[in-house]
Amino acid sequence: MSGESIYQPQSAFMKWLERRLPIASLAHSSFIAYPTPRNLNYWWTFGGILTFMLGVQIVTGIVLAMHYTPHVDFAFDSVEGIMRDVNYGWLLRYIHANGASFFFVAVYIHIARGMYYGSYKEPREVLWILGVILFLLMVITGFMGYVLPWGQMSFWAATVITNLFSAIPVVGSSIVTWLWGGFAVGNPTLNRFYSLHYLLPFVIVGVVGLHIWALHMVGQNNPTGVEPKSDKDVVAFTPYATVKDAFFVGVFCIIYAWFIFYIPNYLQHSDNYIPANPGQTPTHIVPEWYYLPFYAILRGIPNKLLGVTALAASIIVLAFMPWLDTSRVRSASYRPLYRQFLFIFFAAVIGLGYLGSQEPTGGYVIAARVLTLYYFAFFFVILPLLGLFEKTKPLPNSISESVLQQGVPAGAPAPPPGVHA
Amino acid sequence: MKRHHRLAFALALAGVLCGAGAAAAQEADAPPRQRWTFSGPFGLYDQAQLQRGFRVYQEVCANCHSLKLLSFRNLADPGGPNFTEAQAASIAATFQVQDGPNDQGKMFKRPGKISDFFPPPFANEQAARAALGGKLPPDMSTLAKARSYEAGFPWFVFDAFTMYQEDGPDYIHAILTGYTDAPAGFALPPGGQYNKYFPGNAIGMPKPLSDGQVEYTDGTPTTVDQYARDVSAFLMWAAEPTLIARKRLGFQVMIFLIVFTGLLYFTKKRVWHTVLHEPEVEKPRAPTEYKV
Repeated sequence: MSGESIYQPQSAFMKWLERRLPIASLAHSSFIAYPTPRNLNYWWTFGGILTFMLGVQIVTGIVLAMHYTPHVDFAFDSVEGIMRDVNYGWLLRYIHANGASFFFVAVYIHIARGMYYGSYKEPREVLWILGVILFLLMVITGFMGYVLPWGQMSFWAATVITNLFSAIPVVGSSIVTWLWGGFAVGNPTLNRFYSLHYLLPFVIVGVVGLHIWALHMVGQNNPTGVEPKSDKDVVAFTPYATVKDAFFVGVFCIIYAWFIFYIPNYLQHSDNYIPANPGQTPTHIVPEWYYLPFYAILRGIPNKLLGVTALAASIIVLAFMPWLDTSRVRSASYRPLYRQFLFIFFAAVIGLGYLGSQEPTGGYVIAARVLTLYYFAFFFVILPLLGLFEKTKPLPNSISESVLQQGVPAGAPAPPPGVHA
Repeated sequence: MKRHHRLAFALALAGVLCGAGAAAAQEADAPPRQRWTFSGPFGLYDQAQLQRGFRVYQEVCANCHSLKLLSFRNLADPGGPNFTEAQAASIAATFQVQDGPNDQGKMFKRPGKISDFFPPPFANEQAARAALGGKLPPDMSTLAKARSYEAGFPWFVFDAFTMYQEDGPDYIHAILTGYTDAPAGFALPPGGQYNKYFPGNAIGMPKPLSDGQVEYTDGTPTTVDQYARDVSAFLMWAAEPTLIARKRLGFQVMIFLIVFTGLLYFTKKRVWHTVLHEPEVEKPRAPTEYKV
């Protein structure tokens, strides 16, 4: 952690503890004295929001697990029992189910912010890769959680997704049998998904620890992409970042509560209120909304093995961004071309999400292929080439200079001439 | 830069054209949206309507459809049909429930108690199919949340803001009132009925309701439309009995969150004031190494 702790234990007990386990000074240097760039905007609050959501999911999940029965004959009814007969069970379940969605809302914004401001670049590569691992863990955990209510979509999503592994040559079908614990999705599958759905969040907690450790090693990026150079460029984490994060967690919670209390089933597929029936395939099987872009990539490619490879590659490619991007300038604010291509990239991902929710016929497949092509071209063609050809805007000398140039709020006295960091 | 704008435009256009193609391929009519007492942030179930709806369920639907997740005591739950406990007990007593095994090891039938679940009309799936020409009527406990229809873009976006969550009851009401003669040239499969709101238009369930079929004691018109409305409301309650508690708590939570977040906003403003207005002030802080 950069920066010495100025923590001074006051009480006799804290002095005693400090000599044996300096946990108080660690907390102090990490969450109080930790210097954070003064020009961070609200897009930087999503790290805190994600930590908050992880806590919400774990707490509600543990209580839900006390009432849930992981058995094909009882799972659906036990979830309905939670909704009807457990005190505030409906609240716990709606917080948890919508919490998954809002977890993904926050993580997508967090990733998009990293891409926009070049937070993946040297020296933050490991921090970024840990983030990609966290995202992968979230995808797996979310998918397994969706299977647990054992409704029609749970069952058929489990069938479709586990079947993807059958595309692997030679050992594919053995792997699928091994995943299922049988020759079809059944009770053993539900049991292991439940077990893993309980385990993986704690793995996420561990990797979040590494993610924050790596963050505190290299410091936060900021909207200019210029590293802090003096004390004028930074503020202490507490109270500045803490209160800002807390405020935006509140804003986030208002929208989250809107969904929990007023439209709790809006993001759900209605078919998941029909108990799982292996003998009846739904008219069209769709995953949860947050997987739709990847689902569109998968379905757009006619060859199954290629489709699965593209699906996996579409997430794994993110880990290679630090090396695919050849530009030395971090922030898209100073990279006019990158900025444009990045916004098209975001539009392409949203477009893929829409296409993933529609039936894969005719024009939809073609559109999905075009957008998939752009998705990969962005990483493998645009990112490497832009660094070589793009003419970037001049960077400010320091964070405080950029703040004084553009960040002066209305009513504030104009900075005296010649003030520089 | 112009080039990129054009590319973005082409992509957007492609998206719009695809959307238009999908709209043309739709087959069943979209159910018309009804007015429900339980919609919106302060929506409540209409107790009289749920009682009428229960009557329709009991006299018509219950002949084929189970309601296995509900017990008779739920009929007396506050916020629901709100029957008295004695009324719920006497409704329960009209049903024969299987119990046992008794001291002789035999299963036996007895009149229902208030703690019993609604007994199913058929012993099992095979019995239902045998009696109904191979068809299996779905359980109705979660039906109002298990049915929906595609609103399509951009309507589904507006639905998030208008709190539209009544797609299930709208759909059920539409199905119950959607029986018409099949248009010329429509090949109806054997045993099927034409319904303009049912996906594919051929529904297995014969037209269940007709005018005057169920007697109402409160002067409400005894029409198919009214029956459909009442039973849809009843099924919404059956699927989401905690809706009223949810909306009541939701309002309190919203008030709290808005006030609390407002306070946090002003706290944030106050805390950041010195940083934004007096950038030269040195604050006592840990010495930090910077990579210059």
